[in-house]
Amino acid sequence: MSEKKNNQVSRRQFLNYTLTGVGGFMGAAMVAPMVGMAVDPLLKADGSDDFQYVMDVDEITDEPQRKTFYIDQQDGWYDTEAERTAWIYRDENGDILALSPICTHLGCVVDWETGDHGNEFFCPCHYGRYDQNGVNIPGTPPEGPLHAYEYQIEDGRLYLGRANPREGA
Amino acid sequence: MLQKIYDWVDERLDITPIWRDIADHEVPEHVNPAHHFSAFVYCFGGLTFFVTVIQVLSGMFLTMYYVPDIENAWNSVQYLQSQVAHGQIVRGMHHWGASVVIVMIFLHTLRVFFQGAYKKPRELNWVVGVLLFFVMFGLGFTGYLLPWDNKAFFATQVGLEIAESVPVIGTDIKTLLAGDPDIVGAQTLTRFFAIHVFFLPAALFGLMALHFIMIRRQGISGPL
Repeated sequence: MSEKKNNQVSRRQFLNYTLTGVGGFMGAAMVAPMVGMAVDPLLKADGSDDFQYVMDVDEITDEPQRKTFYIDQQDGWYDTEAERTAWIYRDENGDILALSPICTHLGCVVDWETGDHGNEFFCPCHYGRYDQNGVNIPGTPPEGPLHAYEYQIEDGRLYLGRANPREGA
Repeated sequence: MLQKIYDWVDERLDITPIWRDIADHEVPEHVNPAHHFSAFVYCFGGLTFFVTVIQVLSGMFLTMYYVPDIENAWNSVQYLQSQVAHGQIVRGMHHWGASVVIVMIFLHTLRVFFQGAYKKPRELNWVVGVLLFFVMFGLGFTGYLLPWDNKAFFATQVGLEIAESVPVIGTDIKTLLAGDPDIVGAQTLTRFFAIHVFFLPAALFGLMALHFIMIRRQGISGPL
């Protein structure tokens, strides 16, 4: 029995292991809920998918129209209404397009046909340009097309949801 | 009287070696501007610390009035700025000090860099110094939002978008900082407040302690 002692865990090792284990467990039990609190925003589901009425479908033309609407926004413990803007029109194929005016370069607001920028969306901050489909014109600062709002049509009324990035130039 | 109190305490706790360790050391000739005026470049680290102390103290007093809430933050700042005795001065110290501390820490970094004072055996202290630089930037960034005016809001918007441009995890970083994937609002303000007054100062104090212990251990680097 005594020659086997080398393989056994010594009293000191045993105490080291158990104390480290218990200490580690206590530390983790203390920190885990705090970390959970800090990363809560990552665990929450993405914002609401509500759709808001914006305009009637038969008012939509080939010419982009600027419409503002309000979404219910829950900002922590504040329920607020947030203003959204969309450029709404039908493209060449007759499909409805509702574009966000937020420039995909650095977040300024684009305008339709300002100055000598006919048939284009133009961003005054760094001269970003987008064609009539809201697709960025290569050689100008934006790296992607204007985001497009999800939309639903009910009883000839147009409802808009979230604005999502699109594939493009 | 003071001497008697000191002796009474010292007799029991032997505190003389403690403060000797901290405060009683010679300033070498080559870093003393009284000997060589050009040695003023060695002051920037100390000035950084001095301004940091101002920041900590003025910040503590600002929190007596400041409320990190989107409806009250701006009003509380407006109140402490216009109605509170010397509020304008204390907030002014914190406001301008924030810029001065960045300038000082930058000059200090330049001095250490161009004198090669970061070389062996002081590499670790350089690393800690760079971490301190990052913590200072973090304090500046989070503090900038707190007055909750338009400048603060949009500066933070831009800062968060820069964080978002990090590959792969950028969106998560932004959400973690802002407290919400889309909104810069109530939760962003409370988070930035917590980071500004608790998390980053804690990191700052720890790193500063390391910085100073290492200086004391290794001494100031020799003359050029």
